Amino acid sequence: MNKIQQLFERKNEKVLSVYFTAGYPQPDDTGRILKALVDNGVDMIEIGMPYSDPVADGPVIEHASAVAIANGMTIKKLFSQLQELKIDCEVPLLLMGYLNPVMQYGFEKFCKDASEAGISGIILPDLPVREFRTDYMDIVKKYALSFVFLITPETSEERIREIDNLSDGFIYAVSSSSITGRSTDQAKKEAYFRRISEMQLKNPVVVGFGVRDKATFDQACRFLNGAISGTAYITQLNEGGKTIEEHTKAFVEMLR
Amino acid sequence: MTTHPDQYGFYGKFGGAYIPEMLYANVEFLQHHYQQIIDSESFRKEFEYLLKDYAGRETPLYYAARLSEKYGAYIYLKREDLCHTGAHKVNNTIGQILLAARLGKKRIIAETGAGQHGVATATVCALKGLECIVYMGETDMKRQALNVARMEMLGAKVVPATSGSKTLKDATNEAIRDWINHPEDTYYLIGSVVGPHPYPDMVAQFQSVISREIRHQLKEKTGNELPDYVIACVGGGSNAAGAFYHFLEDEDVKLVAVEAAGNGIESGESAATTQLGRIGILHGSKSLVMQTADGQVVEPYSISAGLDYPGIGPLHAHLFDTGRGTFMNATDKEALEAAFELARLEGIIPALESAHAVAALKKIKLKKEDKVVVNLSGRGDKDMATYLKYLPKQNG
Repeated sequence: MNKIQQLFERKNEKVLSVYFTAGYPQPDDTGRILKALVDNGVDMIEIGMPYSDPVADGPVIEHASAVAIANGMTIKKLFSQLQELKIDCEVPLLLMGYLNPVMQYGFEKFCKDASEAGISGIILPDLPVREFRTDYMDIVKKYALSFVFLITPETSEERIREIDNLSDGFIYAVSSSSITGRSTDQAKKEAYFRRISEMQLKNPVVVGFGVRDKATFDQACRFLNGAISGTAYITQLNEGGKTIEEHTKAFVEMLR
Repeated sequence: MTTHPDQYGFYGKFGGAYIPEMLYANVEFLQHHYQQIIDSESFRKEFEYLLKDYAGRETPLYYAARLSEKYGAYIYLKREDLCHTGAHKVNNTIGQILLAARLGKKRIIAETGAGQHGVATATVCALKGLECIVYMGETDMKRQALNVARMEMLGAKVVPATSGSKTLKDATNEAIRDWINHPEDTYYLIGSVVGPHPYPDMVAQFQSVISREIRHQLKEKTGNELPDYVIACVGGGSNAAGAFYHFLEDEDVKLVAVEAAGNGIESGESAATTQLGRIGILHGSKSLVMQTADGQVVEPYSISAGLDYPGIGPLHAHLFDTGRGTFMNATDKEALEAAFELARLEGIIPALESAHAVAALKKIKLKKEDKVVVNLSGRGDKDMATYLKYLPKQNG
């Protein structure tokens, strides 16, 4: 069992996952941010790998990515930072990004190096399900990583069941048809969460996109197993006057 | 060489649909229905009617006598510059707007670089009474103020893309984001043979009218429907796809794609994707992409805003990979010279994009019996500000 699977064995409700972009605000903040999130009791962490053309992201994460790239952040550098940190905690770490930089790094080498750096899961929203099954699934399994798929309110039940069968960590439910960092119709959102919940999937389901405060976190957790917040955390880090540690503490307290 | 991609949208190893789940339902629906809709009789009838009476087709295949004399071959110009709105782009926007209307979509979004695709989209949206939003890089909006005004006069809303280099690539990102945010009512009208399957194939089919006309026009003029060369410029590659389409299986016809070399391939300021790119993923398809070693997409450069794109359509990547296409390039300077030469020899001011195709005539060893078709994809009105800067030099 990898750390993601262990986490959901211990805890299947109110799982809090936080996303941040590696290399932002400063190139070497990765370690500080990870430690601050772990110290404040976050259940799971997603480390964003910056990309020049992040079409699924809104302006906050896009800006963070652009700054991180300008700061010299690369997948290679991120792995060497993670290696140096020698992460030894039960909080699962995932890498989230876009397929192109991973393809250029080499998919198998990426999985191998990720696994050695203490990573438990990968999220690449533009990797097609069909290609995952034919070309990538065996590699991901070989390195004991969980590949996490997205579903949206537009995803058909048949496809959700297919994704459930291919998953062994959790399913990432995009809260609305939107990019990261946008708000949406509440009633529609709840109906969607309820529908997913009633499907009795094998995998836990964690809500992402549009989770920005206690109300949106609690709303997701009423129906599903947890939620992921990214844009709101990066926005908080952008506010001046506090250290990363202070911002992180305030942010986690606000959500919980 | 096959004309169509496989069922997953691949031309050899290029193509596919690399999209986040938020776009899956829309793209999958298109994949399953586009061919059936395009092939339906009502669609065909309306499409052909609008191409003829609205866009002004067929466009002439003009024998350029003085240009032929200069280059020592039979040179024909396919006059896409005479289409309504000033370029071939309208062939595709007519096709896609008819498709969007049949899908019941009420809101049309598009990306544009120089503004030609934006104008062609705004035009057909006005024609069909549909809401039109065009994303355009903030830098391009300043460079192409006249086209911004045209789109606005046609009733479109032009939204600046303010991220990155504020050009075509960024405008495309913004259009994709808009589509993700409005999956139900919005149709994304892509302007080139790029994007996730089925866009490259769909746009190529709508543009294929160019080569269909060339074949029968050439037959009328020469008794033989096959030229020795078809030459077209390539950014994303929609006019080239249209000009090559019905010749893909005629292996004796040499298909010459001309990319923008900018200030030169080695200069660091270029847009010649096949020369500078590697296989990668951009805007939903696997193709050749100009990128750093780490897989970050780089900013291309060309004097021509329509060729200034860091990728290339998957069909063209496949033509390059298999050797079916001959890929050449022309620098800014060579394109400018070709534009002035065409203006002086034939009385035709080409778009800067099309001038790159004309520039290739100098680089090909032509025999005197060779029949050469140059696809003159657009007219030069939009580029007059640029041409004016070089006018004194040419006159001197």
